[in-house]
Formats: sequence, structure tokens, C-alpha cells
Amino acid sequence: MKRSTQPPFWLLFGAGGMLSALVGAMLVFLTGIAAPLGLFGAGTAFTYERAAAFAHQPLGKLAVAAVIALFLWHGAHRIYHTLHDFGVRLNAFTWLACYGVALAGTITAAVALAVV
Amino acid sequence: MHARSNKVSSTPETRTIAVEVLRYQPGDATTPYVERFDVPFTDDMSVLQGLQHIKDRLDGSLTFRWSCRMAICGSCGMMIDGVPRLACHTFLRDFWPGPLRVEALAHFPIERDLVVDASDFIDKLPRIKPWLEPGVPLRVRAGEHLQTPAQLARYESFSHCINCLLCYAACPQYGLDNSFLGPGLTALLHRYNSDSRDAARAERMELVDSEEGVWGCTAVGYCSEVCPKHVDPANAVNQNKTASALSWLVRLLPGRA
Amino acid sequence: MAARRPYVRPMDGWWRRDRFFLKYMARELTAFFVVAYALVLLAGVIRLSQGRGAFEGWLDGLRSGWSVALHLVLLAVFLFHTYSWFSIMPKTMPPLVVSGHRVPAWAITAAGLACAGVASIALFLAFAGRPR
Repeated sequence: MKRSTQPPFWLLFGAGGMLSALVGAMLVFLTGIAAPLGLFGAGTAFTYERAAAFAHQPLGKLAVAAVIALFLWHGAHRIYHTLHDFGVRLNAFTWLACYGVALAGTITAAVALAVV
Repeated sequence: MHARSNKVSSTPETRTIAVEVLRYQPGDATTPYVERFDVPFTDDMSVLQGLQHIKDRLDGSLTFRWSCRMAICGSCGMMIDGVPRLACHTFLRDFWPGPLRVEALAHFPIERDLVVDASDFIDKLPRIKPWLEPGVPLRVRAGEHLQTPAQLARYESFSHCINCLLCYAACPQYGLDNSFLGPGLTALLHRYNSDSRDAARAERMELVDSEEGVWGCTAVGYCSEVCPKHVDPANAVNQNKTASALSWLVRLLPGRA
Repeated sequence: MAARRPYVRPMDGWWRRDRFFLKYMARELTAFFVVAYALVLLAGVIRLSQGRGAFEGWLDGLRSGWSVALHLVLLAVFLFHTYSWFSIMPKTMPPLVVSGHRVPAWAITAAGLACAGVASIALFLAFAGRPR
């Protein structure tokens, strides 16, 4: 009996789901609400100087890459299965549309962070 | 057994409730149709008793499965106001004034009226090897196979399944694709894998690891909600996702195939 | 004996039939929002790699009314994701036995939510509230 190919994608889905469940809301609040509105002094944390300094450190690069990549892989896996729930036929095209975006995003993030 | 007072209920008199049954006769109608029956009932009457009243007094052609009348045989599963329930375990008083909609169990083909074709489940049963496979030949002389309370606790709740199929009626993934093994069979499979007396886990995991195994599940969780015996099939399936994923990781290590 | 002709009912709109399924769909749809936020961050990282001007352009975009409104929606969805994630997590675990008693699902969920709370506070302290 053929083994399912889902395990690696489910593991990435799980890692991304756990990360986003732990810090996603606070990240959204800090980057998208507090910093732009200058609340709690968050505006000073997201200047070009601070962001570039953070992204220059290897751990900083890893953290940002992990958030972007794992959020994308989590979303891709769940969206792929939700399409099936809505009656969309799952085929190579839908698979690529979902996981392909996650892969492209992961590579783009890695390249951009390497260049920073 | 719990103590019951002699008083039946707060409203001992007979009331009437409208029961709308989805009827279907393979020979006559082309599609199922709804037929309404007015059923007199007292507060102690189950939906099953209501159906029996219809069959006995109103329309003898109404067809449905039942047996024990006490939620242990698993025969009378049906959709009651859109929820998979055992008819003997559901009371008419809770739906008054109605109308109460009764339909055959979802996600199975309707054979006739409230009877479904459950052959997919029956045919899949032997595939999970629902029996204890001893790892070594055992001798009666050696005595009983001993088990501690802790060993029993690992599988006991999963052994309570009465094959009522309510979990299959609750599972949209099974409804969308019935090649999925499904909640009940995975719970039963897990019952044997978790039993210290069994040695066939590796063979059963082949089925678990496949696309028709646990990977068809999206953790909706409705199966465990509707289970009348609190088997928690959602836990059986999703625990095995973790196990299947971990075994996939282990196979990546050098030296393991 | 009459011929058999089993009737198969359609699954269209199955998720609209029950409140339980609607909650499940709401949980699944959070995925679109998680991806949306990841793409916002990805845009930021690309702009960061392009230099000061580009990154400050991204920051300016975040200050627009539309962006703040979007992030308020994202915040609500992420909070729902956190709650629904730790609600389903116990189902994926084998029984957890502590001093002879099985840890109930609600306790596992509560522990997960507590971890999210602690992580959120740590993140807040690390990046906000530091006047420089």
C-alpha cells in the first residue's frame, strides 16, 4: 500500500501553525498597528536602522525567514485541503498553486535576507 | 443503573409532534421525498418509539433498523434534525412542538427509507485486522495473558465502539470521498495497536500511513462530538497522524528504509 | 424481490448544514489570513534588501488607514487561530498521564494558550515600550 506524501507537509503545517498560534497575533499587532500608530514606543523599533541591524545577525535572519516560510507552508497545506472541502478538484495545478506559492515565498525570503 | 422516580415527567399527558420522514422506495420514486406524520407521544418516548408508532398505526411500509432499544447494538443510527443520533437514545419531548426531521444516516447511500447501505464499512472491517495477533505462539497451559490497569487504560475507551456509524455520518471527509478509512475503523484499529497483547501494529500502520488512512482526515472533530460511547475517534485518527509523520521522519535517517 | 437502487445524496453545501461545520470552516479560512500577513512581511523583507528608501516606503504603506484596518482584521483572525489551534491540539496527542491521572483536553488547551500569552508578552517587551 502506497505511503501518503502528506507527512512532510503536515509537519510544516504543524510547525507554522504552532508558531503563528504563539506569536502571530502579537506580531500583527506590533508591526501593523502599534508601530504605524506609534503606540507603546513600537514606532522606534521598526526603523530602517533597527530592522537592518536585526536582519544582519544570523539569528535575526533565521527568525524572520522562519516566520515568513512557516506561515506560508502552514497556510498552503490548509488552503489546499480547504479547496477540497469546497468541492474543488485537487490536481497538480491546485497543488502547485498552493505549495508553489509557499516555496516561491520561502526562496524569495531567503534570497532577500541573504542580501540584506 | 440510576434510580428513577415513579413520576414519568413534568408533562405526563399525551401531546402530538409532527415527524417529517425522508422516504425512499427504490422501486417506486425516483428521488427521496418527505412525508409528514403526526405522532402522539408521552415524555418517556424515544424517536425510535415514535417511528414504531408510525409503522404500527400509520404506515406499515416505513422501513428502519433497530434492535436493543438501549443504545448498545448500534442499529438505529439516523439523522435527527440534521444531527447523527441513535433514535432509541433521542427523546421526542426535546423536539416539541416540532416538526422533527428524520433522515437516513448521512454519507451512506439510502437503501430504502431510513435504511442505508453500510457495505463500505463492513467490507473495510477485515482490512484493519480487528483481532489480537499474538507475536509468539501461546499455550493455554501458560495461563491468561496478564494486563495491568494502566495497560488496559491505553485502549479501553477505543474498545467501546458499537459500530453505529454515527461518526461516519458526521465526517464530511468520508462524505466527500469514501475511500477514506474513516473515524470508527481507525478507532478500532488503534484499539488493537494499543493493546499490549497484540503484535500486528506494523501491518496496521501500513493502512494508517496511506492516503486512505489517517491522511484523509482534516480534524473536523465532529465524529467525537456525536459518538454515543465517547470513543473519541478524532483522537485515534489524529494521534496516528503524529505517529505516521514521526515514522516518516525516522525513515529519513540513514540506515532505515 | 424488488431491484436495489441505492440513492446517493449530494454533498454540495455540506458545511452550511450545521453550526459545527461553520466553525470548522471559519477555522480553516484563517489560513488565507496567515498567508496574507506572511506576504506583508515578505514585502517588507524585500524592501529591506533594497535599501533605506524602499524600506521606509514599506513602513509608510503600513501607516495608511487601509493597512491599519487590514491589520485589525488580521489581529482578530490570528487570535481566533490561536484559540482554535490549541483547542484541536489535544486531539493530536496520545494520552498524557501525570501522577496516575489522565490530563484532560481542556488543561492541555489552557497550557497552550498560556504559552501563547507568555510568548506574546516576551515579544512585546522585546520590541515595544523601549523609548530610545
